[in-house]
Amino acid sequence: MTYLAKPRLLAATAPRNALGYTRRDYEGAISTLCAGCGHDSISAAIVQACFDLDIEPHRVAKLSGIGCSSKTPDYFLGNSHGFNSVHGRMPSVLTGAALANRNLIYLGVSGDGDSASIGIGQFAHAMRRGVNMTYIVENNGVYGLTKGQFSATADKGSKSKRGVVNSDNPIDLAALALQLGASYVARSFSGDKEQLVPLIKGALRHNGPAFIDIISPCVTFNNHAGSTKSYDYVREHNEAVNRVEVILPRDRIETSYPPGSLRRIVQHDGSILHLRKLGEDYDPTDHIGAINHLQERHALGEIVTGLLYVDNSAEDMHRHLNTVEKPLNQLGDAYLCPGSKALDALNASLR
Amino acid sequence: MSAQPTPIHRSNDFVIKFANVNGSGSASANELFARAIIRMGVPVTPRNIFPSNIQGLPTWYEVRVSGEGWLGCRGGCDMMVAMNPQTWDRDLAGLDAGGYLLYDSTKPMPRSKFRDDITVLGIPLTALCNREYSDARERQLFKNMMYVGALIALLDMDFAVAERLVADRYRGKDKLIQANINALRIGHDYATSHLDCPLGLRIEAADKVGNRIFIDGNSACGLGAVYGGATVAAWYPITPSTSVIEAFTAYCRKYRTDPDNGMARYAIMQAEDELASIGMVIGAGWNGARAFTATSGPGISLMQEFFGLAYFAEVPAVVFDVQRGSPSTGMPTRTQQSDLLACAYASHGDTRHVLLFPEDPYECFALGAQAFDLAERLQTPVFVLLDLDIGMNERLCAPFDWDDERRYDRGKLMSHEDLEAGKNFGRYLDVDGDGIPYRTIPGTHPTKGAYFTRGTTRNAYAKYSETGADYIYNMERLRRKFATAKDLVPGAVARPATRPTRIGAIHYGSTGPAMAEALAMLEREDIHIDSLRVRAFPFGDEVMQFIADHDFVFVVEQNESAQLRSLLINEGEIDPKRLVRVLHYDGSPITARFIATHIAEAVTDRKVSPIGQPVRKVAP
Repeated sequence: MTYLAKPRLLAATAPRNALGYTRRDYEGAISTLCAGCGHDSISAAIVQACFDLDIEPHRVAKLSGIGCSSKTPDYFLGNSHGFNSVHGRMPSVLTGAALANRNLIYLGVSGDGDSASIGIGQFAHAMRRGVNMTYIVENNGVYGLTKGQFSATADKGSKSKRGVVNSDNPIDLAALALQLGASYVARSFSGDKEQLVPLIKGALRHNGPAFIDIISPCVTFNNHAGSTKSYDYVREHNEAVNRVEVILPRDRIETSYPPGSLRRIVQHDGSILHLRKLGEDYDPTDHIGAINHLQERHALGEIVTGLLYVDNSAEDMHRHLNTVEKPLNQLGDAYLCPGSKALDALNASLR
Repeated sequence: MSAQPTPIHRSNDFVIKFANVNGSGSASANELFARAIIRMGVPVTPRNIFPSNIQGLPTWYEVRVSGEGWLGCRGGCDMMVAMNPQTWDRDLAGLDAGGYLLYDSTKPMPRSKFRDDITVLGIPLTALCNREYSDARERQLFKNMMYVGALIALLDMDFAVAERLVADRYRGKDKLIQANINALRIGHDYATSHLDCPLGLRIEAADKVGNRIFIDGNSACGLGAVYGGATVAAWYPITPSTSVIEAFTAYCRKYRTDPDNGMARYAIMQAEDELASIGMVIGAGWNGARAFTATSGPGISLMQEFFGLAYFAEVPAVVFDVQRGSPSTGMPTRTQQSDLLACAYASHGDTRHVLLFPEDPYECFALGAQAFDLAERLQTPVFVLLDLDIGMNERLCAPFDWDDERRYDRGKLMSHEDLEAGKNFGRYLDVDGDGIPYRTIPGTHPTKGAYFTRGTTRNAYAKYSETGADYIYNMERLRRKFATAKDLVPGAVARPATRPTRIGAIHYGSTGPAMAEALAMLEREDIHIDSLRVRAFPFGDEVMQFIADHDFVFVVEQNESAQLRSLLINEGEIDPKRLVRVLHYDGSPITARFIATHIAEAVTDRKVSPIGQPVRKVAP
């Protein structure tokens, strides 16, 4: 938690992106979360990703539910509209917003309680519908604001701070998102900025529902021995399947990789995902293979991270609905109201 | 055995009821019958009485014919078309003495199955159908058309009118036109040659329909949403509101398809439940689109938390609530006005919502469209409360109208230019003193005007705050905003008695037609009552003035707990003793007979002079 206000003056040397904005222009209010909270690292990663991608801040709409994670949209992208809605219902609010204006970038931020417990229904249906969004779950396996109860992603056998052992099976939101039709699915760790920032960038440039499950330890209630969502546990059991780099059409590709170690996936908007393979061969375009891999590794107690699945030809909700290109919230009266003549004809048919 | 009453003789004033099995295709034949009478210039009001079921359970279609133009439910039955053996006994018992029974006489029935005080008319419909058609479905469907054909002869109606209706309905499908007219003809000819036509009940061509249209309220709501500029509809199927969305979909396809590329200028999303549908509506409203949902009581219950959010965070939303029998699953296919309190104070905490009460399809359209202006002007949810009786039944009403000069009122929006010009933007700041703040739509300006919307308390600049003073400022502003709403919502409609009176009656929504008829009945008994039809909550000053102007006021409504009365007492600080309940809530539409009887009894019990100055100050 930061108590000091950020200085208003900025060094003239602060780096600026193509739009002339500094990182500061993507920051938000001062965080009120606990010092060392994984969520603050995720906020910083979002700031970095938007800065790197030259996103105009007002083109982003950030939506959340209720909980520690859902508070964070106040702490990044202060020049973007935000909506801290009700518990577990961010997906529907985001869906409605996306229906109203197809041209904004929708960033949904939620937690494991918000998405896997109270909000699992809305989570599932937003994925099914193909809402064009980046949906981030800041997953710490615990209810922080109400002081340490297990959430639905807590692993069976993990121990709470008070020593209670969780007897319920965990919900793997990434596996669920895969099965339900998310077309970009990733998992990462708030403590691994190198991995996380590119995954967020890839998601923001993805057309369709992009889901990122980010393990984000709760330093106050779930960072002890016996927890499977602590910094130490995640570091020890993290099995990354790849490293991603997002290349925009404007970028010159400078890095070179040994042949066969790199995979290029061109997304709908022209951005390119460079996937550097790690360890064994993992194909993130193989839907069923991805589901199987998650199950197998979970059984071994490993936490699979990286870009798990991407479908670069996915269609989104607006395509399904065949809505006009111009955002619905910008259609004027003349486009919406059929007028009195049409009404007279209709009246005549009702006699 | 009582003396045989003479058969009822009445023209253009009777009730005919069709007893059918649901899923048998009777609805469209019955509707054709009703429309044929309208085309003859005689007002009718049909009502579907149907079960929550797809096929096989009893269903009734009741047609009230009223040359005088009374459109409310009358009660009683002068003629029964008994096509459902399951309900035979009950249908027979429900027929008024001197009434007529039309039945399928293919299979002989024992004499004990009839009544002596009615006229029995047998037509071997099944036999006629079996002779004419080989396909089982055709036999069923055309049987319906045959009894309509018979009725045309029995009631002395114009066969050519029915023929033209069939031709209009199946335009371009000549085979269907011929087949249907043929079935009508068989029924008509049989009745003419075998029965004593016409009966004592007759339709005489008149000119009492005028330019009125015939449509159901749910369709009118869907059309109102199109004209009101709605672009996003999110919903979950629930009886009796589903056809609001079906109509919206059909009208959008017709009026909102881009002529150049066939793309949709609207988005309709069937959500996974009512929580998601209202969530989507609020998300779209927050993002500057006009959005609505249609639902019924159980949906209203599920949406409560979101209503509180939209109220407190000040997001426009429109909700069509087609009320049905409640609580819980209640009577899903019966009518009531029982969601008033659940909507007026929806959600936890101190909330108040704007409600509109359309009387008929005309107002479903007009108030439905207006709801979108109100929602954006007031930045709050607006509920259009209709009920199954007007929602799912076709009703004669004034033709829809629209002023082409009218522009949507998008409310207080701060634009890119305003922000660029350096206008002070406080999302929850009361700049104009009317309680309504300015808002920005996401994406308006790169560096100005963004704010964080939340259900938690905040200051006037949308910053999180748990300070008491900030909370109070906000709550007092919301209260001011609600007072502003009072002047924006449609006003109450007064109908003064023909003589001065100290008695008033307040009613709303679908009760209108029955109320008008009841007042005429009471007047004939020399009971004179001023009536006021409330069209919105918050109540305008005229509502409180009306109550103040009368010694006591009947509040006529279709629920058990007198919900409008509670609202009036609570919001107007009215002495409860001055508001007398007249409550009808068995799931059937309220009737004029019911209202008139209850009011007449109450007036007699109170021993007050029903006209002029009171004999004494009323002690109710």
